[in-house]
Amino acid sequence: MPPIISRGFRGRREDAPPGRVPPGQYVTRDFPVLSAGPTPHTPLERWDFTISGEVDEPRRWTWEEFRALPAEEITADIHCVTKWSKLDTVWQGVRVDTLLEGIETSAGYTVAFSDGGYTTNVPLEDLTEGKAWVAFSYGGEPLQPVHGGPARMLVPHLYFWKSAKWVRGLRLTAADEPGFWETNGYHNYGDPWREQRYWGD
Amino acid sequence: MDELMLDGNAVAGMLTEVFAVEMTTAIVTCGNCGTSGAVGAMHVFRGAGIVMRCPNCDNVIAKIVEDGTRMWMNFTGMQTLEITR
Amino acid sequence: MEGTTVLGRLTWQPADVTGVVAETPRAKTIAFGVPGWAGHRAGQHLDVRLTADDGYQAERSYSIASAPDGTRVELTVVRIADGEVSPYLTDDLQPGDQIELRGPVGGYFVWEPPLGGPLLLVAGGSGVAPLMAMIRLRAAAGSDVDTRLLLSSRGWDDIIYRDELERLNGNGLTVVHTLTMSQPPGWAGYARRVDAAMLAEVGPGPAERPRVYICGPTPFVEAAAQALVGLGHQPEAIKTERFGPTGS
Repeated sequence: MPPIISRGFRGRREDAPPGRVPPGQYVTRDFPVLSAGPTPHTPLERWDFTISGEVDEPRRWTWEEFRALPAEEITADIHCVTKWSKLDTVWQGVRVDTLLEGIETSAGYTVAFSDGGYTTNVPLEDLTEGKAWVAFSYGGEPLQPVHGGPARMLVPHLYFWKSAKWVRGLRLTAADEPGFWETNGYHNYGDPWREQRYWGD
Repeated sequence: MDELMLDGNAVAGMLTEVFAVEMTTAIVTCGNCGTSGAVGAMHVFRGAGIVMRCPNCDNVIAKIVEDGTRMWMNFTGMQTLEITR
Repeated sequence: MEGTTVLGRLTWQPADVTGVVAETPRAKTIAFGVPGWAGHRAGQHLDVRLTADDGYQAERSYSIASAPDGTRVELTVVRIADGEVSPYLTDDLQPGDQIELRGPVGGYFVWEPPLGGPLLLVAGGSGVAPLMAMIRLRAAAGSDVDTRLLLSSRGWDDIIYRDELERLNGNGLTVVHTLTMSQPPGWAGYARRVDAAMLAEVGPGPAERPRVYICGPTPFVEAAAQALVGLGHQPEAIKTERFGPTGS
């Protein structure tokens, strides 16, 4: 039975310029908080970011070392698989390219891993050439814990579950290793413009 | 404590529709810490999909994703689910 | 038997709005006639689904506030200013409109007279709805089981079901209010958030082994449940239903 239309119901949706928003998405001015678990609160003194796995030598940055790296401002549209999109979000972050500088690897894939156990897999080439960052600021303010602070991945060309909150590192892998949601129905790659939300899409 | 956190009551409709038995009183035994409790007392988070966690140890008890027609459920974090018919 | 329910296939079904009544400046009770409704238990909830004409959908859960009564079902909705669903339900719905709902659901957070008491019902704001269903069922059944409702509201005008609770007070039911943000002149009652001292005063104490039901925003439920465990109540005797962040 098709759903019953509720007279006059629209929800809280914004209009957007045509072609700006991927198929099936709705624009919001809010920043919905979605989370797979309780908000971690790792103290900055204990925080580090590591790159490990199929690398010549693992790398590690403390918070001070991470914040000393060259960073840039990023303005991006973000698209959540739950159908909301937020346009022109402004972040500050370190390019993944910067973190990978000087690292030798034959790996084609990565797994981003976070405090609390969340993981998500992204092909290495989707994190390079200016396509991805480790972001520490949103909207001009330090990234709040509920939005993934102190630092999260920012990979705007893929659905936002690929932008792992509370990220603590990247593991470079020879084989693709589907992560927390990719093993449970969500699409392995997640391109919003091809509407790759679920398995088989 | 997370103000966003819900409990198993929040997913009762979805689970009961699928399993066709009362689900909030179903008893979950956590595969990580062995604690048992009613589904209604489990901690529930809404991420890209639903995550149900053990209130004792935060272990992921269940993950649920749906697209309107298909539903993917993972219960590997659960040792057992006891329902009453 | 607790937990055993013979269920027809639970799925989305149409419901007709039969009435809309203001409870407080922000809350309205919406009455539905639900064809084929097989009844419900006090404390259960249902899921509401709204679909826009372009297919956009939103779902929310609401506790059933009415005691079982044929095909009639009442929900009490608090209007959240920037909400997606509550403003539609409280501002736009009119008798004759249709929405979809799925339910009733939940066998964990329910009470019926054979379960007995004493009962300690702790409610934050709109969390009073499922507890009101229990109180209304208790009254309809003529039960005089020792029942204490501790209801936390922002102010006097925000108390949902205030007059009805005053009428039902007595015959074993004690209603205690706490007003957390503003109090009327001469107010001699509680004027702070629910805490262990307040719960100890409202009672019953752990030695009486009350059945406890707590409902409201998540921080409210967490604080009340922890306070009660700290006072010596058994965790298994405390049932909780969390509504999410305050104001959602």
